Amino acid sequence: MTLPSSISTRLGQHGYLAVGGAILLGLLFVFVFVRGGYLLTVMQLAMIYGVFCIGLNFFMGYTGQASFGQNAFAALGGYGTAVLCVQYGWEPILALFASMAISGVASVVVGYPTLRLRGHYLAMATFALGLITYDISVQWQSVTQGYMGYSGIPPLGIGPFTVEDERWKLVVLMVIVLFGLWISGRLRNSRFGRALRAISTSELGASALGIRISHYKLAAFVIAALYASAAGSLFAHVVGFISPEVFGAQMVIVTFTMLYVGGVGTVLGPAIGAVIASLLPEIVRSTGRFQDIAYALVLILLLIYVPKGLSALFGIGRPRPAKTTNPGS
Amino acid sequence: MTLLSVRGLTKRFDGLTANSEISLDVEEGSLFAVIGPNGAGKTTFFNMVSGFLPSTAGSITFAGTDITTMRQDKIAAMGLIRTFQLVQMFQNMTVAENVEVGFHLKTRGGVGAALVRPPWLRRQEEDIRVKARELLDFVGLGAQADMDAGLLPYGQQRLLEVARAMAAGPRLLLLDEPAAGLNAHETDALADVIQHINGRGITVLLIEHDVGLVTRIAHRIAVLDFGCKIAEGTPDEIKKHPDVIAAYLGTETENA
Repeated sequence: MTLPSSISTRLGQHGYLAVGGAILLGLLFVFVFVRGGYLLTVMQLAMIYGVFCIGLNFFMGYTGQASFGQNAFAALGGYGTAVLCVQYGWEPILALFASMAISGVASVVVGYPTLRLRGHYLAMATFALGLITYDISVQWQSVTQGYMGYSGIPPLGIGPFTVEDERWKLVVLMVIVLFGLWISGRLRNSRFGRALRAISTSELGASALGIRISHYKLAAFVIAALYASAAGSLFAHVVGFISPEVFGAQMVIVTFTMLYVGGVGTVLGPAIGAVIASLLPEIVRSTGRFQDIAYALVLILLLIYVPKGLSALFGIGRPRPAKTTNPGS
Repeated sequence: MTLLSVRGLTKRFDGLTANSEISLDVEEGSLFAVIGPNGAGKTTFFNMVSGFLPSTAGSITFAGTDITTMRQDKIAAMGLIRTFQLVQMFQNMTVAENVEVGFHLKTRGGVGAALVRPPWLRRQEEDIRVKARELLDFVGLGAQADMDAGLLPYGQQRLLEVARAMAAGPRLLLLDEPAAGLNAHETDALADVIQHINGRGITVLLIEHDVGLVTRIAHRIAVLDFGCKIAEGTPDEIKKHPDVIAAYLGTETENA
């Protein structure tokens, strides 16, 4: 194969996948927009979780490291936003970015020592990070208002423009998710992204080629924290209420499900997983008291028959080379 | 000129002395081989030289700089690039992408550049794509460029690892048992590649079990046994060396 054709193949396949995914998601969103009501809320939350998962995918997917504690940074984002907006009357957009900055610094401080650990030890340490943050959010009542949480958090907006309509909220969240995906795709197919992916399969091989492992792991961890913080802030603005439970262990489980159902390590997987795993409970609800069993059953079937995640389905029918060069497969 | 100079290199694991007082000099441009029976301490020696294992005593000097306690990625940045006995493939990437990772040291750009993609970055990406193809053609894997690296047969994975190491622009290339597990045909192809690399002016330090391969291509050979260097010389000298024959070659020369 000659060089130019290989380049066009890469771009072409990327475009193919993006278009295919966009059409499917587009149809889904049209349905949700027409239907309105409760489904809008479900999709809003799916988008917020999507932002979180796209970030987590940098650390768990591209770099192949386990973090059970990225919810800590979502909590930081959520509470940062709540405190800055409610107590100090900040602009929501400023509070979001300020919280992200705080989370970024916190993730460097926490990640620097923690990322010396590997495998199960790293998983345990990060899990502890989430638990500690949860306890702080419960106990530090003067700032967090404990179990009561914060309510009356203003909706997203810049200056006089605020997003209060439920449909518009979803539109804004979708744009943010698309932007998050764009960043993820660009970074994945770059020198930076290649270094992360090299680390995920062979740290020895990567460091022998001059890749500074600790540096790149920390970078992926910080990126994941920034996305998580943004997701936390978005939750606060969109729902208007946060409490410690929002960012608890449940969030870890839900986002893991999303990541693996959608396809860990792929660009679109986290967003697809977030949508599917959010809609699934609504679909199986019709089975009444068996809904939890039905939900679990569907998840198990997905993991057995689509182990690489739903985004891998887009690769069906395409030639092998395209599949392997495609960021989404 | 001496490119790599090892003096009194020693490694002890608790009671076991894996490497004892090993000294050797590798001349720039040469093809140097370290041989020895299984468990002689070859890989331990290699791991210390490439910075993957701290030494107990002794010093390693590369291109005039003491690298004894330097981190692996910094050693690599100086131009000392290694491969592994157990192939360290990036399984989740294509063959071409594996080589593109190899260009890490020869390229620049982080998160910001990746997002903005300024013209110099596009040129750089184009450039490494072309060069990656050239290197794959060089080791004979041009046709497999878009395959999943994990799907390559073992022998080709080894060649890919060599191509990837070449991408990093080595001054000294350390090959850790590159012929292990290869059949005769693959070994010949590999010997060819190694000689071509050396022909490009790159110094090669080779650890090998396959004595036939080593005596055929190496300029100079050091022999390890039980963690000690027992001999060093040209292939002809080594073949005749009584200690070497006793320790290693005596049973191996017939089928080598």
